[in-house]
Amino acid sequence: MIKSVFKQYSGFSLLRNSLSGHRNWARVWRDPEPKRSYDVIIIGAGGHGLASAYYLAKLHGIKNVAVLEKGWLGGGNTGRNTTIVRSNYRQDGNAHFYEHSLKLWEGLSQDLNYNVMFSQRGVLNLAHSDSEMEKFSERGNAMRLNGIDAELLLPDQIRREVPHLDCSQNTRYPIYGGLLQPRGGTARHDAVAWGFARAADALGVDIIQNCEVTGIRVQGERVVGVDTTRGAIDAGKVGLAVAGNSSRLAAMAGLKLPIESHVLQAMVSEPLKPIIHTVLTSSASHVYINQTDKGEVLFGGDLDLYNSYAQRGNLPRVEYVIQSVLTLFPCLRRVRLMRTWGGVMDMSMDGSPIIGKLPIDGLYFNGGWCYGGFKATPGSGWCFAHTIANDKPHALNEPLSLERFKSGALLDENGAGAFPNAH
Amino acid sequence: MLVIRCPWCGERAQIEFTYRGDATVERPDLEANSDEWYDYVYTRDNPRGEHTEWWHHTGGCRKWFKVRRNTWTHEIISSEPPGSPDSD
Ligand SMILES: Cc1cc2nc3c(=O)[nH]c(=O)nc-3n(C[C@H](O)[C@H](O)[C@H](O)COP(=O)(O)OP(=O)(O)OC[C@H]3O[C@@H](n4cnc5c(N)ncnc54)[C@H](O)[C@@H]3O)c2cc1C
Ligand SMILES: [Zn+2]
Repeated sequence: MIKSVFKQYSGFSLLRNSLSGHRNWARVWRDPEPKRSYDVIIIGAGGHGLASAYYLAKLHGIKNVAVLEKGWLGGGNTGRNTTIVRSNYRQDGNAHFYEHSLKLWEGLSQDLNYNVMFSQRGVLNLAHSDSEMEKFSERGNAMRLNGIDAELLLPDQIRREVPHLDCSQNTRYPIYGGLLQPRGGTARHDAVAWGFARAADALGVDIIQNCEVTGIRVQGERVVGVDTTRGAIDAGKVGLAVAGNSSRLAAMAGLKLPIESHVLQAMVSEPLKPIIHTVLTSSASHVYINQTDKGEVLFGGDLDLYNSYAQRGNLPRVEYVIQSVLTLFPCLRRVRLMRTWGGVMDMSMDGSPIIGKLPIDGLYFNGGWCYGGFKATPGSGWCFAHTIANDKPHALNEPLSLERFKSGALLDENGAGAFPNAH
Repeated sequence: MLVIRCPWCGERAQIEFTYRGDATVERPDLEANSDEWYDYVYTRDNPRGEHTEWWHHTGGCRKWFKVRRNTWTHEIISSEPPGSPDSD
């Protein structure tokens, strides 16, 4: 086993390693055997689980921590999303949480000493009707009152910002304006998982891959450990961060959640010269588009809309999303698609996430991320670590409790009701 | 593409249908307590495997029916009119 040495990355180390053809970089994290017992076990080594372990060790001094992963770290939704980061929410409960997360993003590469390629290229929501512009000005004002950046753009400004966008009158969805969050943008999703993994490992966290949790052990009212494909492991506290598998893990503890699993697809084109400089979203056709640093046009749309645990979707959705993209950018018509893929999404009943305690002592839940958990990664880990360390939520994730579904204090940004596929 | 069998129209492409969700949840009594209402409105078994669910033939006869489908493999096992004895 290679011992973890948290060698700082720098311009100098890059230069030095380039001289030997990049063959001598040290292994980035250990591959430990599970111990018999941990203070805290986090289930799921996606961005959220890894960030939670990192902040537990770094901010709360809890270092006897394991992150258990059934596959490889970052192989779930963390490595499958369209990488959009923003905090342009209307509801206070979401706005403060996502803005805290965005602030963490702004310092994340430095904090982790790992380049997550966070690029604040702006997130622009397109309006296709007068009423949508009304809605955007209302949301923009709400954001500004919460101290979040927002600018309402008129069609002329959008034409200048996004010259290849079809802004003509004859298009299916004419452009009436848009709401821009300049501080929004994208990040390299794999690097986020790897950066958190490396930093958590360096603080002593055991990241154990190929270790599926098959049972949650509860004695009386308290969680005491987990069963895994690599044996039973005791734990003082257990946190679930398993995205689309949330209901299955909760069922192991006899609990039922306000969550359904659905497949969401995304796709990329072949690489092109830079033509799209911001993140663009259109809710009329429900697509979101950005161009990666490699030049690929990366986009996604709605769920396939039926419950699914398959990490693959169906062609009708792909076709619909492509049609929507071509409506906005007719110039992409001859561009070839390289890949499509899918991820299993934890869709909650009000479209907002849940970070909090479960009704079993020592058991905590992080999930219900719907379309938007990537941008939450640092904030989610930060709040989950606080909740686990203190056995109570931070003010930032109090509104994200599971109890809100009983009390009625829902965070339903779309006003869509208890239909997970409608959020 | 899923091929879904409408009990009235036969096998049709997925794009003719709208999905509505778990068909096993039952509306509680009006007198039921808030925990029972919470369960009905919000919590779901959400199984990985066989699932009984509502579909609507929106682009066809516009009738509702129940489909038994595997959420892991997307295999469609059966479809039945609502209320048929062997559908739940
Ligand atoms: C196509 C697509 C596009 C998206 N686009 C965006 C976007 O642009 N912006 C945005 O903010 N969000 C986006 N999202 C959502 C975002 O990707 C997720 O919400 C987020 O990455 C969830 O992170 P996570 O760590 O909770 O889950 P994951 O990364 O899925 O990690 C959960 C881990 O738990 C593991 N696990 C499950 N069961 C077990 C078990 N029994 N034992 C051990 N381990 C287990 C899984 O293997 C997995 O690695 C998108 C998602 C998809 C699928
Ligand atoms: Zn029919």
